[in-house]
Amino acid sequence: MADAPPPPLSAPPLSAPPLSAPARARLALDILALDGSGLGGLWLRARVGPARAAVMARLADIPLPARRIHPTIDDGALFGGTDLAASLSAGAHRKTAGILAAPSALILTMAERANAGLAARLALHLDGGRSCLIALDEGAEAEEALAPALAERLALFLDVSDFALEDAEALEIPSDLTLARARLIHLRNAGLPPQAMKALAGAAASLGIDSLRAPMMAARAALAIAALRGLNGVDEACLRDAAALIFAHRATVFPDVPQDEAPPPEAPPPNDAPSDAPSDAPQDMADIPQDLVLEAVRAALPADVLARLAAGRAARGMKGGAGTGAKIKGNNRGRPLPARAGRMGQGKRVDILATLRAAAPMQTLRRAGLVAGDTPTRLAIRPSDLRIKRYQHSSDRVLIFTVDASGSSAFARLAEAKGAVELLLAQSYARRDHVALLAFRGQGCEVVLPPTRSLTATKRRLAGLAGGGGTPLAAGLRMGLDVALQARARGMTPTLALLTDGRGNIALDGSANRALADEDAQRLARVFAATGIPALVIDIATRPQPSLAGLARGMGATYLPLPRADAQRLTKVLQAGMGA
Amino acid sequence: MTAPFPFSAIVGQEAMKRAMVLTAIDPAIGGVLVFGDRGTGKSTAVRALAALLPPIDVVEGCPVNSARMADVPDWVKTATGKTITRPTPVIDLPLGATEDRVVGALDIERALTRGEKAFEAGLLARANRGYLYIDEVNLLEDHLVDLLLDVAQSGENVVEREGLSIRHPARFVLVGSGNPEEGDLRPQLLDRFGLSVQVTSPRDVQTRVEVMLRRDGYERDTAAFMAEYGAQDALLRAAILTARKALPKLKTPPAVLHDCASLCIALGSDGLRGELTLLRAARAEAAFAGAKTVTRAHLKSVAEMSLSHRLRRDPLDEAGSGARVARILAETLP
Repeated sequence: MADAPPPPLSAPPLSAPPLSAPARARLALDILALDGSGLGGLWLRARVGPARAAVMARLADIPLPARRIHPTIDDGALFGGTDLAASLSAGAHRKTAGILAAPSALILTMAERANAGLAARLALHLDGGRSCLIALDEGAEAEEALAPALAERLALFLDVSDFALEDAEALEIPSDLTLARARLIHLRNAGLPPQAMKALAGAAASLGIDSLRAPMMAARAALAIAALRGLNGVDEACLRDAAALIFAHRATVFPDVPQDEAPPPEAPPPNDAPSDAPSDAPQDMADIPQDLVLEAVRAALPADVLARLAAGRAARGMKGGAGTGAKIKGNNRGRPLPARAGRMGQGKRVDILATLRAAAPMQTLRRAGLVAGDTPTRLAIRPSDLRIKRYQHSSDRVLIFTVDASGSSAFARLAEAKGAVELLLAQSYARRDHVALLAFRGQGCEVVLPPTRSLTATKRRLAGLAGGGGTPLAAGLRMGLDVALQARARGMTPTLALLTDGRGNIALDGSANRALADEDAQRLARVFAATGIPALVIDIATRPQPSLAGLARGMGATYLPLPRADAQRLTKVLQAGMGA
Repeated sequence: MTAPFPFSAIVGQEAMKRAMVLTAIDPAIGGVLVFGDRGTGKSTAVRALAALLPPIDVVEGCPVNSARMADVPDWVKTATGKTITRPTPVIDLPLGATEDRVVGALDIERALTRGEKAFEAGLLARANRGYLYIDEVNLLEDHLVDLLLDVAQSGENVVEREGLSIRHPARFVLVGSGNPEEGDLRPQLLDRFGLSVQVTSPRDVQTRVEVMLRRDGYERDTAAFMAEYGAQDALLRAAILTARKALPKLKTPPAVLHDCASLCIALGSDGLRGELTLLRAARAEAAFAGAKTVTRAHLKSVAEMSLSHRLRRDPLDEAGSGARVARILAETLP
């Protein structure tokens, strides 16, 4: 996604069986129109374009009134409340009706910006089972993703960013769903046979999907697909396609069906346990091969899905609370600042006392200026008197360790860095710092630990980290810069700590060219300095390296020679360096 | 809203269900924290809990659910004096709720239209004598956590803002749920929860299928499903009421007190709250089991949920605190 190419003119090559991506998208939209409130909704990942427009056009088929909401919507708009401006001018109480008061098809724009608070409110509403939500996610990076509480509750996921124009046009042709709707009611009364549920539950388990919502949603989807196809019951193809739609984007384990016939120990396929399957099965699906369902999901998985999913999941963890970092001014929370004159609006709160104080001196004047016919009120407040509350709060801090994992001493150094990460996290309750760990070695740099506050996640990820190879210092710097900028875009305050003992010898393009590598590092250092992100360069060579001091100067960073650094000393230095 | 999914129809998750039943028997245990993966029935269990709790008598029109007219705060003008029976309140505290909604604030409508200084009660008032449920409690904003810590400790909500000076009782059982992968909880808040349980998805397909079948049954024919499991819920509610009555008469031998103290010393848990909670939970467990005396067996069955979240965090401990409690339990109380 780095240099977003224009959509290709031909459809991207996709594994043919069982359903192509456009066909799957069409199926998803059809069953969403059939059973929107049952499925919870759709997570649509797309930039503005013909494909997204086509999907949006199809949303009109959902038999619920469409309401658009945005990530910064306030409680008043969602749940209803006093319309202060209208009440003031009318002199009587005016109320606004909340969007969530009636069932509707909610369309959440810029869904990747929705914070946990909004996600929690919408999730609660979706649990009522009367509405559905279409989350329009324009996230450019895998790390920018929908809040997990919502991703969990929306059954369907579509990524139409790679769709060709003719696919988009084909998507727009409406389907006639009248018959299917009637059929779905019958199908739902009959329900899904237990064998089918077993196949779905087994497939979900082998894909590493822990949530039990997923197989339940797949069951609903299978019924809707059967209704769509005019069947009297769910057949294998329905189950297969339902699984592909619901499970593909939730998978955490790549199932290896063809290579390994032996079932995973914790998830025996249903045909392994004939004793508890009733012999007089209502339909001819007593042994739906779970492999078939798995195969369908496999075909729907994009190649790099697991890496992307893992990154997205880990990154979502940090969209949470607040801590100590840069000060952010806002109207909603934090330490109060003096009130300011302003207008009512989105998420603003009136400071009553300051408003009254502003209005008080004018009372006699305003009473005198009353025209005949005006009703004298006790208090004459004009819009110009309104004072708005302001608050200041601190954003989260994130400390990004960028560790040199090259050469012979890599192992010990990484171990100390890991120790420092865990120590910092264990001590970070009061300040609530996030910590990230990047390691550079060989040809490039990898994110070992995306910014997190969770000790649990950290321990799992830090186990087993390799070292050795060249020193791609520039690649490390670039990755550190990327992570820092991403964190800053989320309203956090990043600090970078670079741990290395020498000069880079691998250039950005992966070639072992020392001069080019130096030049790349210096260039990145200048970019870094321009961003103003605070940084520490910790030199852990036995003798201080002048080149590193120069790099630190270029980055506008603090240079700290610290030979034989251990986890405890590192932690101390870093805490001092961050001004804790 | 239709009837919530019945509590007794929840498959598995015995520790979570047991912890909720224990707090229903003795609210003084002080709440449950449920940590675990998504889609494991955490919110379902909390929403089902309401049906399990015995109804309470409240003064009609009182925003803080006072039991008697004498308890109604003096700022309340809407109380009618009639006593009505209501289900125990289970109030949702959404993430990102404003302070106004949580503690209550000046009633802007009345202030502006009638020039009166009136208090509009918040979520804490409505949760009085009931339950306060926070989903994703580990993502709660810091300033709300501070507020909750104070109120949960004192049982009283004091509002000093916008020219108001209001206090009202806010005694509630705190129920929180969350996913530890997304962030940890501050130890101070952890400590306010009496019991903590870890939930995981069932590992065998048979159980998972059973969960799906029950949910399907509930969605397809709610009335029939409720008829089937509502009876079980009623039995459980009766058992909770019986246990509540039996609780004061329960004998606690000194040996059990000794066990409590030695276990907490061996674990090095902070403060005395752990011991008190352990004892209360063991008493509730004994009362639920219909025993006349608390025994070491009762103590052992509730030790992990009472203590695992009160240990000092050890970054080098791989197994987690639950395993540590189990190990020390086996060593100290054979």
